[in-house]
Amino acid sequence: MSTATVTLTPSVAAPPSPPGRRLYPRKVWAVILSAYGVLAVAIPVLHLAVPASSPLHLSDYTVTLVGKILCYATVALAMDLVWGYTGILSLGHGLFFALGGYAMGMYLMRAIGRDGVYGDPVLPDFMVFLDWKELPWYWLGSERFLQQALLVVAVPGLLAFVFGWFAFRSRIRGVYFSIITQALTYASMLLFFRNQTGFGGNNGFTDFKRILGFPLASPRTRVVLLMLSATLLMSVLVLCRVLVLSKLGRVLTAIRDAEDRVRFCGYDPVSFKLFVWTLSACICGIAGALYVPQVGIINPSEMSPANSVEIAIAVALGGRGTLLGPILGAALLHGAKSVLTVAFPELWLFVLGLSFIVVTRWLPRGVLGLLWREGRS
Amino acid sequence: MNLDTPAGPVLYLSGVTVTFDGFRALDSLSLLVEPGELRCVIGPNGAGKTTLMDVITGRTRPDVGDVQYGEANDLTRMSEAEIVHAGIGRKFQKPTIFRAHTVFENLELALKMDKRVLPTLRARGTPEQEARIDEVLALIGLRGKARTLADLLSHGEKQWLEIGMLLVQEPGLLLLDEPVAGMSDEETARTGELLHSLAGKHSLVVVEHDMHFVDSIARKVTVLHEGRVLAEGPMDVIREDKQVIDVYLGR
Amino acid sequence: MRSVPSAERRLLTLLMLLTATAARSGEAAPPEPRPPTTLDAATLDRLVKPESRDETIASLVEATDVHALPVLRALLEGNLYLGPTAVLVDRDGALQDALTGAPAPVDRDQLEQLTINNRLRRTLERSVAALSLLQGSASERLAAVRVLQDNPGPEVLPAVQKALAQERDRQVKEALRATAAMLALASPEPGQRLAAIEELRKAHAKRRLLQQREVEQDPAVLAALDDAVREVDLALQRAAMVGLFFSGLSLGSILLLAALGLAITFGLMGVINMAHGELLMVGAYATWLVQSAFRGSRHFDWYLLAALPASFLAAAAVGALLEITVVRKLYGRPLETLLATWGASLLIVQTVRVAFGAQNVEVSNPSWMSGGLTLLPDLVLPWNRIVILLFSAGVLAGVWLLLTRTRLGLLVRAVTQDRQRAAGLGVRTPRVDLLAFAVGSGIAGLGGCALSQIGNVGPELGQGFIVDSFMVVVLGGVGQLAGTTIAAGTLGAVNKLLEPWAGAVMAKIVVLVFVILFIQRRPQGLFALRGRALEEG
Repeated sequence: MSTATVTLTPSVAAPPSPPGRRLYPRKVWAVILSAYGVLAVAIPVLHLAVPASSPLHLSDYTVTLVGKILCYATVALAMDLVWGYTGILSLGHGLFFALGGYAMGMYLMRAIGRDGVYGDPVLPDFMVFLDWKELPWYWLGSERFLQQALLVVAVPGLLAFVFGWFAFRSRIRGVYFSIITQALTYASMLLFFRNQTGFGGNNGFTDFKRILGFPLASPRTRVVLLMLSATLLMSVLVLCRVLVLSKLGRVLTAIRDAEDRVRFCGYDPVSFKLFVWTLSACICGIAGALYVPQVGIINPSEMSPANSVEIAIAVALGGRGTLLGPILGAALLHGAKSVLTVAFPELWLFVLGLSFIVVTRWLPRGVLGLLWREGRS
Repeated sequence: MNLDTPAGPVLYLSGVTVTFDGFRALDSLSLLVEPGELRCVIGPNGAGKTTLMDVITGRTRPDVGDVQYGEANDLTRMSEAEIVHAGIGRKFQKPTIFRAHTVFENLELALKMDKRVLPTLRARGTPEQEARIDEVLALIGLRGKARTLADLLSHGEKQWLEIGMLLVQEPGLLLLDEPVAGMSDEETARTGELLHSLAGKHSLVVVEHDMHFVDSIARKVTVLHEGRVLAEGPMDVIREDKQVIDVYLGR
Repeated sequence: MRSVPSAERRLLTLLMLLTATAARSGEAAPPEPRPPTTLDAATLDRLVKPESRDETIASLVEATDVHALPVLRALLEGNLYLGPTAVLVDRDGALQDALTGAPAPVDRDQLEQLTINNRLRRTLERSVAALSLLQGSASERLAAVRVLQDNPGPEVLPAVQKALAQERDRQVKEALRATAAMLALASPEPGQRLAAIEELRKAHAKRRLLQQREVEQDPAVLAALDDAVREVDLALQRAAMVGLFFSGLSLGSILLLAALGLAITFGLMGVINMAHGELLMVGAYATWLVQSAFRGSRHFDWYLLAALPASFLAAAAVGALLEITVVRKLYGRPLETLLATWGASLLIVQTVRVAFGAQNVEVSNPSWMSGGLTLLPDLVLPWNRIVILLFSAGVLAGVWLLLTRTRLGLLVRAVTQDRQRAAGLGVRTPRVDLLAFAVGSGIAGLGGCALSQIGNVGPELGQGFIVDSFMVVVLGGVGQLAGTTIAAGTLGAVNKLLEPWAGAVMAKIVVLVFVILFIQRRPQGLFALRGRALEEG
């Protein structure tokens, strides 16, 4: 059989990132650490200790927004690992994010207990509404936090592994891979829209009350979730740094630039891709699991193709193939989104659409590349 | 590199046929390459030169025919990765190197070592490996550019780097597809020297269009035409061959 | 055969002509000369009196007296009045004598409205419908048949039979036959019931047959009923299969229209255009604009002739703009092209939303495309779907001709196969790219024009198609027109065949999973040529 070679190969036109074993100078890491400190200390203080009347007080809205952005930034970083470094453009990362969110949402639904509208001690409201008599098998044990926390990582990871194993083994690359990941998330969205699937249909899960006994509406819980999100992002950043600086990281970049040569060097690109792809999906799952209790809802629209594409553009906007770029991109994109959709709702899609074009045409290295160049010249 | 049986041929193709939708790219082709030999393969476009390379590296499977490497390796049953591990290195027509990495890193990635995922994650360079890389750097003349990004190399330097990447894997057989295409005269001459220095230690199969270059390096030449071996022998004999002149050289 | 004497033959011909004329004149009311009527003063008097009203109505229907129709209808609609001297009809506010039709200026205070109860209302509805069968236009007669089917009664059978005898319109005649059979089923005569069952079987009137099975006593008739029900079931199943096949084909043709443009831009040129669905939407909106301009015009039925070029040009223009501003700059960088065109799709959607509103706009079919082709009593193929099926075949043929028989097609193939060599031979490759992309986009516009005839037209129209149309192209194999066609047909058919079994959403999911798995096995699509690796390194 002839080898599976498609005419459209991925080509990464962004100039290669600068060489060197130190990814960022100490100064940059100092900034990163202090940013983490601000998130983990200053925000809790401003939210909890400063009275609501003070101009320094941070509103619930702001805290939730920052927490959301931290989750998006984590997803963007995970995406950058597969796209920026390995050259695999996924248009389905929103699916992994949403699956993690659903796994956590299942626990949160069960944790509502008797406080639901129908007051059923076991069945979530939507099941009572559908006239279901007992939990479907895949809901068994969902009241146990640890089990669901495991599923947060395992479900996206397993799906990514199986899907990736088929796709990479058949040497599906470039836009073909992108389109198929898009089809995958699209199909999943349709599946989750069905009431019979058992995940709340198009309403998804909402009206959560508490997590591990702590009320979700309380400012303390909110702050803890925010700190967890910040810590997750920080850990993923460190993990990515370790990966990227290792020889494995260099193999990934080599796969991006010349996959056939990697194969002829004796590596098996499939297992490397599978590794980074699955890892990335797991990270997305965790981010999704932290996202859901903060925003208080998860529904199938998280799986819409548009959501996944937005993850990609956040990475491109910040600068792919860098570690700080995706974080910056996610913050810019979702910051702008939260401002514009409120102030000028009609304008937002124009801004978003234009940013796709501007970034791909004029900013191949993203905003970070822009800053970097200016800093050097 | 020591082969299992120094006496036998390194590469042995017999009756290999490959068809693409009825078109015979290779037509019961047979070929023998001796250890340490530097063999040039020439022929007009579509003669089957690239397909021949694809068959040897496992990229294309023959419809019928034997492809043997050394005594023990039936290449028709091995995966591309296995063939690489068995000691066959291939250089593509277009230089394919890792442009986002330095010259040193390119060679380091190509080094012979455990290349599974987790060992790669833990891998740290050893002095022996650095010495080996340095040796190859000297051989391909890029010692001064070890820390340069591969993307910034000239065309010729990229070709040498690619050859270097094959060499650090210590292959028994090197397949080179048009190694001097697009090179300046000086670069071509240096490449010729490089290939000469490699022959003996490695077996080389060079596919080339540039007749001057073939003339300057070749000991034995195989002429392909329409998927078959049209003629085989020393260059001066080939040059006089009537058939070869008709289909190839005469034009 | 006995030879007919010529005088007799002439007479016969004359008679036949006469009957034919009479029958045809039945289509235009009122017929001339007026046949004798049973509606006289005495009858009217009896009709007015409640105690003799039922029987009078029955006799009027039995006599199939069409002249009684206005009076009966007036009674039904509450427009019949008892005046001091005569019975009066209120026709659009003017009072007339019910017998002569002469204007009767009577003070309304002196009138007594004749009212009816519900039981009588049903009888009257039936009677009016039965008499209406004998006059008026074909559609009026058809409406009358439907009334009788919903509200049957044995007393109208003679009127139905009479109407059946003189009916010329095929559709009305068939409906009449079924109605007559329905009514005959209540006949005390087993032979008549058997004949009726035969008719009902032909008309696939399963419900009526089942009703009769409940009450039928005669064993022979019962057996015939069982047979008939079984046969109808079979026929219904067959019709359902044909219907299913047709809707699969129809969906396939729509997918084909959506994917054909993509077969050029993605399949041939290798440009991944995520805004392709939006080009469909642009075509649909262009159709809507043209339709709006034609509204009220007497040429409205032919607006599609103008809408086709308009939708093609509109989408081609947007496509050309897209090529110049985005696609061209990102040549050879498919992933970037993908993202940039996705951004373009957002811009197009939002522009349309701002310009024409977020709501769906209404595109109406020309009258010749509404309704359907009745293949079987239970199988009506909508004309708009049939037209689109033919249209997609036409577009397919057009694209094929364009690619194989025109200079542009030759150039496009040359450029896509070997860009550098084509450029070396003096082909202006940027212009070829632009033209080819515009043509591919224009074809999407044609698809949008077709889509506007069967579905909602709104800013989100295109988004539902992008995944499907890429699936078609990927499944069919890049650059393969035949593959695209077969893939579109297959996906459409599989989707529709799975629908009754798994539901629409599951069918879609199954198809997507199938495509994903299929590509594992054949990454180059259905019709991939086995060839030497096209790329190196």
